[in-house]
Amino acid sequence: MKPREIRLSTTPTPEAIAALRLGDIVYLDGLMYTAREGVYIYALEDKANIPMELPSQSAANFHCSPAARINADGSFDMGAVTATASFRFAKWLPEWMEKTGAKLIIGKGGMSSKDYKSYFVPNGAIYLSTVGYGTGALLGRGVERVEAVHWNERLGLAQAMWVIKCNKMGPFIVASDLQGNCLFERENAKIAQNIERIYEGTKPAVLKRYGESDDRADEVI
Amino acid sequence: MIANDLVFDTAKTLMEKAAIEIPQDYHEGLKRAAKSEEGDLSSFVLQAMLDNYEAAKQDRSAMCGDTGVPRWFVKLGNEAQLEGGMVALEAALRRATAQATFDVPLRPNRVHPLWRTDHNNNVGIGAPEIEYGFEPEGDWIDLISVHKGGLFGSDYRMLFPSDGMQGIKRFYLDSLMAFGKRGLACQPAIIGIGLGGSKDICMTLGKRASVLRTVGSKNSDPRIAALEDELTALGNSIGMGAMGFVGSNMVIDCNIEVGYCHTGGMPMSVHAFCLSSRRAVARIWPDGRVEYRTDPDWFTPYQRRETVDWHPLREAAE
Ligand code: SF4
Repeated sequence: MKPREIRLSTTPTPEAIAALRLGDIVYLDGLMYTAREGVYIYALEDKANIPMELPSQSAANFHCSPAARINADGSFDMGAVTATASFRFAKWLPEWMEKTGAKLIIGKGGMSSKDYKSYFVPNGAIYLSTVGYGTGALLGRGVERVEAVHWNERLGLAQAMWVIKCNKMGPFIVASDLQGNCLFERENAKIAQNIERIYEGTKPAVLKRYGESDDRADEVI
Repeated sequence: MIANDLVFDTAKTLMEKAAIEIPQDYHEGLKRAAKSEEGDLSSFVLQAMLDNYEAAKQDRSAMCGDTGVPRWFVKLGNEAQLEGGMVALEAALRRATAQATFDVPLRPNRVHPLWRTDHNNNVGIGAPEIEYGFEPEGDWIDLISVHKGGLFGSDYRMLFPSDGMQGIKRFYLDSLMAFGKRGLACQPAIIGIGLGGSKDICMTLGKRASVLRTVGSKNSDPRIAALEDELTALGNSIGMGAMGFVGSNMVIDCNIEVGYCHTGGMPMSVHAFCLSSRRAVARIWPDGRVEYRTDPDWFTPYQRRETVDWHPLREAAE
């Protein structure tokens, strides 16, 4: 079965979000901003004023650093756009969502169903995953223009807050829903059925590592 | 004498080619994977990747927004002479890395590990890495640009002879299971395995097996070549595909390189060269000729030599 393809606004209505199903393919229209650890720390821990009206201008937070340059005349050139792994940002996301009303968290690899249930669902938000994950050139085609870049002098090009106007930007995959289900966990569970077969005949390594035993009083041999 | 300007210009072109043009051997491998894949979500992902390579070429845009870590491998024929010597060569490679980062543009990925200082040009302390190899004959140099992606997907473990072949398989599966879930390794990938050497060389061997050998290449030891095929099939039998979705394509090819190790140990490393398997190669001759290709052809008989001295004629006759 081919996945469904859907166009979605970066300021989506609750109904539009509720209609999405795990595994749907989404293309985005409207303004989106990048924010990752640099932006989270500056805005949440250092309490800097966020230089955008959120969520009215955009409810779409992209975990991404684009391949882009700022020219001598101050104009921007953006090439490929690729997401970065989101699980590292769980520490800041609950507060960020509350503060900015973000409804679409876009990145690489998704979060856990525990994250979805504890702060995505209450905020009416879902997770969209990029595809591949290396589809940077395709996503770059969906960038109509770079509207602004904030905090680049302080945070560097990779951590700056880029504001992007999207036109049919995608593909993205719906990786969580308003019940807090997680697409990746669903797939993991199916694959887990094969583990016994593929590991058959192997035995644990002679020398263990901490982590395989979480009791630090243990030896690893 | 090989002109320094030519080294700089060629290196800049290589950075661009590596970032934009997927090497043909990997491209063919991914097309085969897309044809055989039956999982609907993983099929969609593979098709999107194939579309992405086309988009990158048409738009002359980097195929992936994440530059990975751009690095250099340099091979010199024994008679090669460089204008300005090796210091000038390294300066040219560093300048080319910075210039291409601005020109393409590439994402400046390299920062100080503690202070997160970013020069916005992919150059800094120890970056880009430059590694060297030599060949007994020739007055040329080979420049190899690799943009290795994947913070995830690499691991090292000290195994022992008593772990045996089953221990190798288990650690291999552990690495694929750990980093394949949610597609953290951006598979299907070229998996490189280093076996033996000292700890650092074990990592180096595996890294080189993933980035300097092409899809379809075989180790020159037939028993290792057979193990490469076996591990490729094993990885693809997990039932996991692109992005960790149900599927049958996890490993485009598995390459193994070995080095002699301590008699008591059997160190092993695993590396994944991702969906953006970026490498580009050029040979430069002293008369100014430059030839581009995508096969680094790194692991020659000389690189894998086992003897004290190098006697190519005698080895060939054996
Ligand atoms: S691992 Fe490779 S394909 Fe994936 S984001 Fe990094 S560079 Fe891109």
